[in-house]
Amino acid sequence: MGAEGPRLPTAAERRRPPVIGPGHTFATVTDKISTIVLTRPTTPGWLAGFLVSFSLMMLLFYAIGYLLLEGVGVWGINIPVGWGFAIVNFVWWIGIGHAGTLISAILLLLNQKWRTSINRFAEAMTLFAVASAGLFPLLHLGRPGLFYWLLPYPSTMGVWPQFRSPLVWDVFAVSTYFTVSLLFWFVGLIPDLATLRDRAETRAARILYGILAMGWRGSAMHWHRYQTAYLLLAGLAAPLVVSVHTVVSLDFAVGIIPGWHSTIFPPYFVAGAIYSGFAMVLTLAIPLRAAYGLEDFITMRHLENMAKVMLATGLIVAYGYAMELFMAWYSGNTYEGFTAWNRIVGPYWPAYWALILCNVVIPQLLWFKRVRTKVPVLFVLSLTVNLGMWLERFVIVVTSLHRDFLPSSWGMYTATRWDWAVFVGSMGLFLTLLFLFIRFLPMISIFEMRELVSETEAGSSD
Amino acid sequence: MAQIFHPSTNTISRVSLFSVLFLIALLLWLLAEFQRSSYITEANVEREQPVQFSHKHHVADDGIDCRYCHTSVETSAFAGIPPTKTCMNCHSQIFRDSPYLEPVRESFRTGKPVEWTRVHQLADFVYFDHSIHVNKGVGCATCHGRVDEMPLIRQVASLQMEWCLDCHREPELYLRPHDQVFDMAWQPPSDQLEQGSRLAKLYKIRSVEELTSCSTCHR
Repeated sequence: MGAEGPRLPTAAERRRPPVIGPGHTFATVTDKISTIVLTRPTTPGWLAGFLVSFSLMMLLFYAIGYLLLEGVGVWGINIPVGWGFAIVNFVWWIGIGHAGTLISAILLLLNQKWRTSINRFAEAMTLFAVASAGLFPLLHLGRPGLFYWLLPYPSTMGVWPQFRSPLVWDVFAVSTYFTVSLLFWFVGLIPDLATLRDRAETRAARILYGILAMGWRGSAMHWHRYQTAYLLLAGLAAPLVVSVHTVVSLDFAVGIIPGWHSTIFPPYFVAGAIYSGFAMVLTLAIPLRAAYGLEDFITMRHLENMAKVMLATGLIVAYGYAMELFMAWYSGNTYEGFTAWNRIVGPYWPAYWALILCNVVIPQLLWFKRVRTKVPVLFVLSLTVNLGMWLERFVIVVTSLHRDFLPSSWGMYTATRWDWAVFVGSMGLFLTLLFLFIRFLPMISIFEMRELVSETEAGSSD
Repeated sequence: MAQIFHPSTNTISRVSLFSVLFLIALLLWLLAEFQRSSYITEANVEREQPVQFSHKHHVADDGIDCRYCHTSVETSAFAGIPPTKTCMNCHSQIFRDSPYLEPVRESFRTGKPVEWTRVHQLADFVYFDHSIHVNKGVGCATCHGRVDEMPLIRQVASLQMEWCLDCHREPELYLRPHDQVFDMAWQPPSDQLEQGSRLAKLYKIRSVEELTSCSTCHR
């Protein structure tokens, strides 16, 4: 799909940017990635970033402590808006995780080689995003200590959870997602952990990486079994890309609240999840490749491909918005119509218009190759989409709830500083885990990059 | 480079991989058992009372009916704790000077009730009514056990929700005829299932759906 100009493009022009920079061998790949973890000293930049993230995480813990002492009343939620920031943030974080699974599982099964250099940290991003997401439903329970009532276990109450409730499906969806993502990530790490074990300089590091490498010796039998296991896990993870956010969307769609009760929700949520996920991968990849000089591994090809995925999923999301409005009108339902109109011109109109701007209007710039290949612009665009997707969830949660069927039960929702503290703090948790990850584990899959080297040497252009 | 791990590590890691599953299962099982133990439920724990009152003596030896003291059991939610005057009906005549009965006589003189220690304590969010159970053929002993064999009263059931539901889900297993409700020694007949179903119909016991509806007990 090279650019078609008036003159025939030369072979060099027609070739897409490579998935790995030129001149790399097995040794340079291994060196370049493993030294970040093993030999390079902790940089001041890393330390500064870690300290900021860590402080934000402490803010999260402080806010959670206060919440547990005082109850959910410290947040801005009340009837009619019982689902405030907690649910907005939950959906946002869970959505972000989806790009990691899509990159690691679906692109693996589709044999997309370009996934190789971004899958590792995208998977880590998934894990940390799901960890941040998982906090919110628990905190949002009036009595977080009884969260285990959601699990089906032989309780002394003699009853099971309400299996017809999407909130119970949520528990299964999210915990399965976390487990499979963790397994997939860990299994993917095993050969690299063995590399780190073999190259580590201190005995403590050798033992630690050695335990985690689980006796990996890299024999042909190991590789044979490994590849089977990895493919099986990818097969397990692939449906989760679709199922998890479908279940999350059903939390809304099963309810009879106007603006939620719609069959378009599952596909529209899944597209939104992948959209925000790729935006987050870009947000993380762009500073990372600059800070660690990984431009040879995370090339323009990767950034451009991710931008294209963002553009495609963004268009699906835009279609979702259009259909919501269309159905509100076409259904002839007074309440649906009012909710749609109220979103556009009601008290929360700035959130709605900002969301349309961030998610629909601005990302249209990605049609232009010049925009897709300009790294700083891409970075700003990824931030815009992240913001837009957060606003989308805010609009869905708050505007639908604050105008109920009965005008007598209308109300407004304003976030308190504790809402903000938990939200900003959850970013601290996410970033702290991420900083620890890039310091102690290889952020790019070493062995898969080596495979890529051998394949490019063999003359395969893809 | 020397080996980091001794060869025995292979065995240790394999064993630990499998045993961790069993350990988790064991832990969960222990938790479930602990939750049902008398440490939590307080079943079968005998309590100190202000008077050394023996149900065994009054019910088995003297043959006093439950309702002689627990007067409101057929008509109200609470079975009723007898006033001191009920005790004095007999004890103004027999065991008049027994030192064991001094708290009773003192209560009678001063008008201050004896402060019994409650044995069966249901959670406040449970709506429980004795009369409906007694009138629909649930015997005293079904829930309270053989009170006629207890010198000191104790709770025999866990009083946990799963225990309530055992009967609410299959009442026919426990129902008995009206005239047997206060019989301590009643044993289910061999055709209990049949008899129970017949009684359920006769006493117009509601459907299991209604009996197990949340708001039947949590109002």
